Amino acid sequence: MNKKNILFMRYGLLTMAAALTVIGLMRQEQLLVLQKAVKICLECIGIG
Amino acid sequence: MSGMHRDRVASGQRKPPRISFQRIVQLVSAAFFNGYAAGFQKGKIFTGGGKMFCVPVLNCYSCPGALGACPIGALQTLLNKHRFPFYVLGLLMLFGVVLGRAVCGLLCPFGLVQDLLHKIPSPKWKVPAVLDRPLRLLKYVVLIVLVILLPAFVAEGSGVLPPYFCKYLCPAGTLGGGIPLMLTNPQLRSLAGALFSWKALVLAVILFISLLVHRPFCRYLCPLGAFYALFNRFSFFQLRLNESKCVGCKQCEAVCPMAVEVTKDPGSPECIRCGKCKDICPTGALSCGFSCGVSAEAQKQTSEK
Repeated sequence: MNKKNILFMRYGLLTMAAALTVIGLMRQEQLLVLQKAVKICLECIGIG
Repeated sequence: MSGMHRDRVASGQRKPPRISFQRIVQLVSAAFFNGYAAGFQKGKIFTGGGKMFCVPVLNCYSCPGALGACPIGALQTLLNKHRFPFYVLGLLMLFGVVLGRAVCGLLCPFGLVQDLLHKIPSPKWKVPAVLDRPLRLLKYVVLIVLVILLPAFVAEGSGVLPPYFCKYLCPAGTLGGGIPLMLTNPQLRSLAGALFSWKALVLAVILFISLLVHRPFCRYLCPLGAFYALFNRFSFFQLRLNESKCVGCKQCEAVCPMAVEVTKDPGSPECIRCGKCKDICPTGALSCGFSCGVSAEAQKQTSEK
């Protein structure tokens, strides 16, 4: 893989990451994350 | 001559600093991501708005100190609801493309636990290549099966889609969340049963093996490490080798916690960018840092593969 391809991948992935994050924020997925994270996850701590 | 240069010239080997930059960053990071001290006292978890942000590391959101959300837990939450996880995937990709597996080497609290355990004097085992190579693929299986496919598609007997990785495997959840909450919250303690025993056993085995093998969870089981490994060759944060300065002493490979062949493949997906190789190198041939372009060495190494 040459220098041009590495740079393309690097900046392409960065752009895609930013776009996905913005789309997720517009869909208010961060609120779903918050909803789950503020309650004790019984499965995570081994209660089920 | 300065003290540092005299040490290097006299023995041919650089003296590592008393407390490394890596260790300082790890300790600050663990304290930062788990800074809600009141949670440990009261046996409760933080419920503030910070929990809508995913931290870059494996850090259970049920840890009493956790100020943010675990990205692997959050990913499974969205998949449980049959939603494409734009937000969590975007954040994970952002962390991956900026830092690669430097998250593992510098920021992850469970990585720190394994590093500290490995420092305890005990027999150390070099995993034979015939076992090591196939086992490294296991973490990708954990990522695809336990983190993505099962939480998205397979309900348990009750009809509920659980976070399979968190429920059946994650040792960070047991260590950071389960044990502190069980110790401080009698109601939760009374509910502990077979599942908690299983998770405690998994944690105990991983911690025991950490005495013998450096970072076994990171090498063979961590789905977050597997995800970030995909970005290691392209990330802005890179380990670079200056071949003109390298004398082939292999001290870097001897000290590497992930058993990477540093001089052959500094951009390896297994490299966690901990900096141990850089610290031990007698000629300063290795360096870590951010780059926006591609160094000549990296370009040459990548084109040779």
